[in-house]
Amino acid sequence: MKKITKSPEETKAVASLFAEKLKGGEIIALTGPLGAGKTVFVKGLARGLGVSEKKVRSPSFVILIEHYHGRLPLFHFDFYRFEKGAEIDTTPFEDCLKAKGVIVIEWPERIAGYLPPETRKVSIEVLGRKLRRIVL
Amino acid sequence: MIILGIESSCDETAIALVADGEKILSSEVASQEDIHALYGGVVPELASRQHLEVIVPIFQLCLRKAGIAISGINAVAATTAPGLSGSLIVGDNFGRAVALALEIPFLPVNHIEAHLAANFFPRLPDFPALGLVVSGGHSSLFLVSGPNDFQVLGETRDDAAGETFDKIARVLSLPYPGGPPLEKLAATAESAIRFPLPGVKNSYDFSFSGLKTAVIYYLKENPEADRAAVAAGFQNSVAEGLVRKLDYACNRHKVRSILTGGGVLANNFLRSKLKIWAETKGVELRIPSISFSLDNAVMVAVRAFYLL
Repeated sequence: MKKITKSPEETKAVASLFAEKLKGGEIIALTGPLGAGKTVFVKGLARGLGVSEKKVRSPSFVILIEHYHGRLPLFHFDFYRFEKGAEIDTTPFEDCLKAKGVIVIEWPERIAGYLPPETRKVSIEVLGRKLRRIVL
Repeated sequence: MIILGIESSCDETAIALVADGEKILSSEVASQEDIHALYGGVVPELASRQHLEVIVPIFQLCLRKAGIAISGINAVAATTAPGLSGSLIVGDNFGRAVALALEIPFLPVNHIEAHLAANFFPRLPDFPALGLVVSGGHSSLFLVSGPNDFQVLGETRDDAAGETFDKIARVLSLPYPGGPPLEKLAATAESAIRFPLPGVKNSYDFSFSGLKTAVIYYLKENPEADRAAVAAGFQNSVAEGLVRKLDYACNRHKVRSILTGGGVLANNFLRSKLKIWAETKGVELRIPSISFSLDNAVMVAVRAFYLL
């Protein structure tokens, strides 16, 4: 499915609708260049899961931000600072898999090969200053 | 009262011994170089194993440099939040074990409060104060009414200030960490591009992702742009945004001093902007020296001293 959005708010709305269908246990690899709106998309996911979207911020530095106040736990990973992939072993990724929540990963390409095969891909393409194509 | 401070919330493993919340007996921060010296090998940057491997040797080094025996420690403090759980747990566990073995108190410390406590020595500031912590992982504004009274006024809604520096540095093809090379490049600029400010209007909150995106698109649309002017414009926006946020808070809370912390304070341009602002505002500004603005364990021990 492809969606064109014209503002961060529309991107959030697409993500929120997408989140409503999630059952728990999903792993979502979220790709897109710097400034594409990946964290914005996760804010929408949070909204759809009943997590306060204000609590969602970039985990680039801390690698993982966990949200437990929604319909399902939301594990927001960001592997921006990783280089080899093997660093994933230093994170609680395995524990999050067991928790049957929703795992969403920014910069999954940095750990390519370390993600389970059932990982779903979502990409955000930049078409213009505000225009985005989201492929779900 | 000698407190052992332990910090392992992110990449740095740090240990310090501080007497009476003001006298630093020893302070060590394991950088990559130290790790190489201690272990003679390359350690993956983010491995929490790194903390585990260096924490004991650094602790022993600290005891030696302070010239005290382990029995001379009166209390143990470690950063227990916020941070990556796998990293935090190393310092937390180690600290609890030392406290248990020595039968002395263990004090959990909040990392961001500790950054502000780096302003508490050699003497306490006048309260109430505003506290600004801007680092790779955090951007927060506090009202600090006393050494144990921290109230969050605002936080970032997306990226942290230091993270934005790193990401902009990357799009400018500068090395990581991006702060110092970006500052150097900006210093060579003859002009500065105007970018949006990173504050959320009429709020204590910050938002850096709009600024980040604006710079990225400017570079995309102007591939021939003078990189130094872009760096300078970005740096201007961050500094101006932070100053305006402090000003906004200062006009709403009667404070006597401004406390600061976090790696972004290593930026000299920001330091001088803050100094000019504080002078015109007539408030005392405290900026810890660069080694105490960055992650360290002295701030953890000092924070704990006031918890005892």
